[in-house]
Amino acid sequence: MSEIHNVVIVGSGPAGYTAAVYAARAQLNPIVYEGSITAGGALMNTTEVENFPGFPEGVMGPDLMDAMRKQAEKFGAKLITDDIVEMKLDGEIKVLTDGSGNTMKAKAVILATGSAYKEIGLTNEKRLSGRGVSWCATCDGFFFREKVVAIVGGGDSAMEEANFLTRFASKVVLIHRRDSLRASKIMADRAMANPKIEFLWNTEVIDVLGADQMTGLKLKNTVDGTESEQDFDGLFVAIGHVPRSELIVGQIDLDAEGYVKVQGRSSKTNLTGVFACGDLVDHTYRQAITAAGTGCEAALDAERFLSGH
Amino acid sequence: MSSAQAVTVANFEAEVLQSTTPVLVDFWAEWCGPCRAVGPIVDEIASEYAGKIKVVKLNTDEEAAIAMKYGIMSIPTLNVFVGGQVVKTIVGAKPKPALLKELSEYL
Repeated sequence: MSEIHNVVIVGSGPAGYTAAVYAARAQLNPIVYEGSITAGGALMNTTEVENFPGFPEGVMGPDLMDAMRKQAEKFGAKLITDDIVEMKLDGEIKVLTDGSGNTMKAKAVILATGSAYKEIGLTNEKRLSGRGVSWCATCDGFFFREKVVAIVGGGDSAMEEANFLTRFASKVVLIHRRDSLRASKIMADRAMANPKIEFLWNTEVIDVLGADQMTGLKLKNTVDGTESEQDFDGLFVAIGHVPRSELIVGQIDLDAEGYVKVQGRSSKTNLTGVFACGDLVDHTYRQAITAAGTGCEAALDAERFLSGH
Repeated sequence: MSSAQAVTVANFEAEVLQSTTPVLVDFWAEWCGPCRAVGPIVDEIASEYAGKIKVVKLNTDEEAAIAMKYGIMSIPTLNVFVGGQVVKTIVGAKPKPALLKELSEYL
């Protein structure tokens, strides 16, 4: 019989690492599956984080995650850079299988798998991915030096990426389906004040054009329905995220959009001993600090559950 | 334990285009988070499949001309070269089992 751990945390990022810090300090010897390529979560692909309290000068996303990781490790969390590929969560002992085929047993599981980039959902978007279409401005902006790029989205991520892209691109056109932005005022004002950024309001991307390489976009005006084509060298998609809950579909109660449902003001899922936190449960806020906050809640809930076990 | 060797404009022809075994080229850069994440996986594939596939890394920041020649616009991109030609392109970081599946015919 293999060892039964107190708690396995699935996913890293601010939620997973904060849960790990708390669980480790509670002497629960947590195991953290960080993810083989997603370790550190969404902040690994951002630049400067200006709104995480305690960093008046701002902090680079990857540096912040590295610090959280070290803090979790310092208190004894065991970090594994692999993915969980299968979970059986309904019994008293939860059984998890990782990408290398190892099985892990635990009394409690904290789900912190975060979210993945949302796609527009166009056939040619996928086909031209890596041929002009990108989801990561910090990765790919460099390849669009002196080019004209479009970015679709209206939130803080879209603003940040648009600003970042102006370091390389000659012009960045921000395409948004409404006539106002969801982004915070400081981020929106910064983008609007940037002379290299133009806004295309009330506009939807309905197709990505190009044979071997993207050459432009087919656009639709959301007010009068008119369609048009415009030349672009690149398209950055920043329309938000979808929760990474595909592994737990059918086991854990999810809402219509795939977010894990938690009970009231807690991290408890419908299954005893299974807790969820971070972007996986959060429709509304989706900030590093709120993810960290719910990660803390999940660890405290797990600790209470285990002490009464 | 070997890991993937770096290639540059100086040895790209010899190491990649003239290679008699298939070559997996990892186009990456220091600033790219997903590249740093997939790097160790690429190294593992290099050592585990040594002899079957040659695995090299190309820094797109330092070797921009080669990246441009192969139309790299997203990193990480993993290209498989056979006989000097690109026969497979994998865009984006993927977990090891997914990569091995995509590369199966060359391993």
